[in-house]
Amino acid sequence: MKHKTFFWFFLPTALAMLLFIALPLTSIVSQSFHAPHEEVLLIAEICDPFGCKTESTIDHQATEQLKQDKPLGQWVGFEIYTDRNHLAFKEVAQFWHSRSSFTGFVSSLNNLPFYRAMGFTLTYVIVVTPLVILFGLIIALAVNSLHRHLKGLMVFFSLLPMIVTPLVGSLILFWMIDARGIVGSGLQEIFSDPNLSLKASTGLTWITLIVYGVWHSAPFAFIVFYAGLQTVPKETLESAMIDGATRFQQVMHVVVPHLAPLVAFVALIQLMDNFRVFEPIVGFSAEAHATSLSWIIWNDIGQEIRLLSSAATTSVLTIIGVVILLLPVLIKTWREFNPEK
Amino acid sequence: MFLKKIATVVALTTLASSAWAGCGISEGRVSIVGNEFPAIQTVGAGAVECAGGSVTVEKNLTADHQKINVPGMQGNPAEFTSAIVANSSIVALMNNDVIRPLNDLVAKHGQGLQKSQLITIDGNIMGVAFMANAQHLVFRADILDQLGMAPPTTYEEMLVAAANIRASGLMENPVGGAYKAGWNLAEEFVNMYIGQGGEFFKPGSAEIAVNNQHGVDALHMMRALSNFMNPDFLTHDSNATSAEWKAGNVAIMNMWGSRVGPLKSDEVDPAVANNTDIAGPMTVGGGSTPASTLWWDGFTISKNISDVDAEATFIAMMHAIRPEMLNDETSPLAVWLIDGYQPTDAAKGVFAAAAMGTTPYPMLPYAGLMHSAAGSELVDFMQGKETASQALADIEAAYTTAAKEKGYL
Repeated sequence: MKHKTFFWFFLPTALAMLLFIALPLTSIVSQSFHAPHEEVLLIAEICDPFGCKTESTIDHQATEQLKQDKPLGQWVGFEIYTDRNHLAFKEVAQFWHSRSSFTGFVSSLNNLPFYRAMGFTLTYVIVVTPLVILFGLIIALAVNSLHRHLKGLMVFFSLLPMIVTPLVGSLILFWMIDARGIVGSGLQEIFSDPNLSLKASTGLTWITLIVYGVWHSAPFAFIVFYAGLQTVPKETLESAMIDGATRFQQVMHVVVPHLAPLVAFVALIQLMDNFRVFEPIVGFSAEAHATSLSWIIWNDIGQEIRLLSSAATTSVLTIIGVVILLLPVLIKTWREFNPEK
Repeated sequence: MFLKKIATVVALTTLASSAWAGCGISEGRVSIVGNEFPAIQTVGAGAVECAGGSVTVEKNLTADHQKINVPGMQGNPAEFTSAIVANSSIVALMNNDVIRPLNDLVAKHGQGLQKSQLITIDGNIMGVAFMANAQHLVFRADILDQLGMAPPTTYEEMLVAAANIRASGLMENPVGGAYKAGWNLAEEFVNMYIGQGGEFFKPGSAEIAVNNQHGVDALHMMRALSNFMNPDFLTHDSNATSAEWKAGNVAIMNMWGSRVGPLKSDEVDPAVANNTDIAGPMTVGGGSTPASTLWWDGFTISKNISDVDAEATFIAMMHAIRPEMLNDETSPLAVWLIDGYQPTDAAKGVFAAAAMGTTPYPMLPYAGLMHSAAGSELVDFMQGKETASQALADIEAAYTTAAKEKGYL
């Protein structure tokens, strides 16, 4: 393609990327280095149906000028990054110095919101991603071996979990696993324990969220692998059969190597998506047991008093986290496209 | 019969015409955001009656109102011309300077208002309250009668009652409560801490002070209560707790006055509905101040809208809370602060709360930050993973960090 043609072809995409990716990124980065101005409080007489009281309230006139002079707020550098509600350098150092054992140190980290969220997020990423790839592959192989009249129908049904909006899907499951829901009371029956509740213990909540994550994302891996299966060279498969390879050996030595680039692709997308796990936590009301960085952002901006700088900081940390997670895959892809001379 | 028909027709026509012209607005845009419980729905529906001609009235009543009201009022012109708020949520609107003083509008159109309805800051009217609310005891009269117990007046008695009900085999988890992690759990802490006689902040400053014996006692009582709750209590908000009540699984709970009406509605199993009774809030730890908070709900008018829209909104809201809106159906929904309101049986809990000197929820600019911090930091304690003083220290640390960021410390 000529450079000029490429330029005009790429321009709309570039503009959209600038508008919807670059600008918001700049905005959150700059927001994360600024905090709101100091609030000037004044004592006022506040009256409501229950009587009058003298209490503090914000002096808007006094803060107005400050806000006009510096609309971004005050520059605080990395202060928000290192504070207790984020990376908590001071607290972590303190825990390290006063640790009695390494596990004690880790469990005290769990008391800090950022590390608590990272604990669940990383577990979720590490468990869900490979399971999604595995189940996606199994479903794809199963559907692919069906009679052609059945395939369309099965593809549709296998995709259903992905079609359902995550929040709605998790809410439906949330009610089903309730102690009085069909799954919840079924489990109580099976284990003959009337007090068994999936929502009341941290371990069971994590398992529920992970099962939900696999259920929701496996169709994505399935459809990608299913498309890939249509391109597996028949000749290679046939020669493998002639050589006497079993079905399992055919899959391991012909199909899987053929799908390898797709596995990398699915892994890339899944790592990114799973790191930003959010909807199931809200849908399952699981915040007492499991939080994630995305949930922290949502919580910061969803309260009566919104913490915008804090939310921006967590957003930047999320992006850094995603980049670190994707780095190995990205380096690998880079090498494949730029072979050393 | 004939006369009755005529009377109905006349009444209907006057109603219809009053719905159209009775509000007396010629033009303007009205857009209301607010909470979703039945009393607020009634007020929202009342305002919508003013729609017609070049007057548009929209309402967005949702439990997530406090997440959207500030962003929806910061633009110019603002999306929402009015936010229905309570004493906690008006603070966020005032902090962000998105609501206007209503002195001129009240002087012009607010003749029916009583002085106590006006929320004033140094004489500036920032809101108009139309109802009061509080959490108080709700109990199943039949269950308590069966065991020969009087309704508890203290949380200690509530624990005894709960143990008796469990021992009798009538219910496994007889205590209800909106203990969902987040706002609800923090609200229960606020109640219990006030009941223990605690103060949230050092006098005259934004410095938090909850890590003390009052706090420890409050938390221990909350955990003792949770032992008698459905094991999923950390996921139960007011709606889920109400559902548990309607299902007949719960016999005693601390619940919002405004939530009691639906518990006694026709849709609920009569065995539950007819035996649902209420009493004043409970005290705790030998204190005399109830472990509860008093709340008002009222409306505010956006700052960033034209004066025409502001006036239209004010008139529509005044129409929604006019004395004539009170009838057999609406009166039990809340403790209305509207002139001519006759307290119904459903109001005795909130009235008892007021009579017992219940503390109003603090209207401080930084109270919301403390509330949020408590909502997320208490869950470890409630699950038995940390000590009460560790949880309180966590609340203080989380609050202090947030308050520094927001410029209060």
